[in-house]
Amino acid sequence: MLKILKYSFFDLMRSRWSYVYFAFYLLLGIVLLFLNHDLSKAVITLMNVIIVLVPLIGTIFGVMYYYNSKEFTELLLAQPLKRSSIFLGQYLGVSLSLSMSLILGLGIPFILYGLFKSSVIWDFSLLLITGTFLTFIFTALAFNIALSNENKIKGFGYAILLWLFLAIIYDGMFLMSLIIFEDYPLDKLSLAGTMLNPIDLSRTLILLKLDISALLGYTGAIFKKFFGTNLGLIISFFTLSLWVILPVTRIVFKSKKKDF
Amino acid sequence: MVNVQNLHKKFNKNVVLGGVDLTINEGGIFAILGPNGSGKTTLIKAILGMVIPNEGDITVLGENIKKSADYRHKIDYLPQIANFPNNLRVKELIKMIKDLRGKTNEDKRLIDLFGLDPFLNKKLGTLSGGTKQKVNIVLTFMFDSPLIILDEPTTGLDPISLLHLKELIAKEKVNGKTIIITSHIMSFVEEVADEIVFLLEGKIYFKGSISELKTKTDQPDFEHAIASILTNNHA
Repeated sequence: MLKILKYSFFDLMRSRWSYVYFAFYLLLGIVLLFLNHDLSKAVITLMNVIIVLVPLIGTIFGVMYYYNSKEFTELLLAQPLKRSSIFLGQYLGVSLSLSMSLILGLGIPFILYGLFKSSVIWDFSLLLITGTFLTFIFTALAFNIALSNENKIKGFGYAILLWLFLAIIYDGMFLMSLIIFEDYPLDKLSLAGTMLNPIDLSRTLILLKLDISALLGYTGAIFKKFFGTNLGLIISFFTLSLWVILPVTRIVFKSKKKDF
Repeated sequence: MVNVQNLHKKFNKNVVLGGVDLTINEGGIFAILGPNGSGKTTLIKAILGMVIPNEGDITVLGENIKKSADYRHKIDYLPQIANFPNNLRVKELIKMIKDLRGKTNEDKRLIDLFGLDPFLNKKLGTLSGGTKQKVNIVLTFMFDSPLIILDEPTTGLDPISLLHLKELIAKEKVNGKTIIITSHIMSFVEEVADEIVFLLEGKIYFKGSISELKTKTDQPDFEHAIASILTNNHA
């Protein structure tokens, strides 16, 4: 598996898109820090960008890489390699190279700005950790979609729909349900609803860490009570891990039964 | 060498292989023939473990292929259309396959034989179909495995390369290897094959030597014998 990972990783590292992705974050980081001069505001802006962009890029790259490397995969399948190591190797290659672009692209300007002397280092680390989680989650989901759809266009369509659903539509439905059932106690439901969507969960985690939960009113207080504790944090990271593990398990399972 | 028992495969509702039983003994050249869509490639891919059968068992060198992927160390496979990653260089591809399968020094000799030296630093996406096929052949023959599977090996080759390919095949046969070939070029099959299997609509229609086929169909030459099977079945 490590050999496949190595080849996929270097293959992607050489591709133009990795540089574009890296350069984008580098530029974003520099602009936010050196024009804004406010680390904590920069972190909030970054959060808003990361929460939406990382899943989108993870999904698109995942689907694109799978379909583009079909030939490579077929070549590998005839070699004495296990199917699970081929697909896991490719998956890890994509997620790791995307995460690298993210971490280096944002990390470099922040270190240059003097992150280590600042108090927001934990907020910033949390931002990068959730960003990495989101990359792994959405690349895994994209691989799942691509494995199940021979048709490229269909695969792309489903992948974009999935992103749209989790990034935008889910929130809308969630809000609607809160408005419709406002006469009932909803704190448990809204907690559960937040936990079930990795994008919402990441956003809530960062927002609460930034100590602006006062803005969220009563619900914010409940969220703070839950996510602020160690148990809440552990459960959140457990849920995020689950979002990685379940799709990856399906990749292994599905790839074993597929014809090439 | 290879033993296929009651192999069934369908893609959605389309039955491609409907109960194939086949034993391929060690040594010699074995041709799998049949019209387009008769299941030749599916049969080969099932032996390689790329297609998962709906039913049936396959053993290669006494080992059931469901159990592990290691048996593929004993198979050299030449895929039908040389579909390689486009942004990889020829040199890198050869190095990578060596890295995955083990060391060999045969590659240099084969690269010389097919005159691939000027292409080593070119990207695979820029190569012509025939050159890709040569790279494909180098990748297949550079390892020393007891079983060689060639799916349409002659595609796109010029006459000189075709001669080299025939020499390579003849040499491996002398070395006592088992070679499975599919091809639509009947003259090529007639020249190299010791035994043929004729697949028709997912079933084995005929298995035996070429002279047996001629007697069975009552035709003077091989090409007409094959044609008579096809016309008789579609009439």
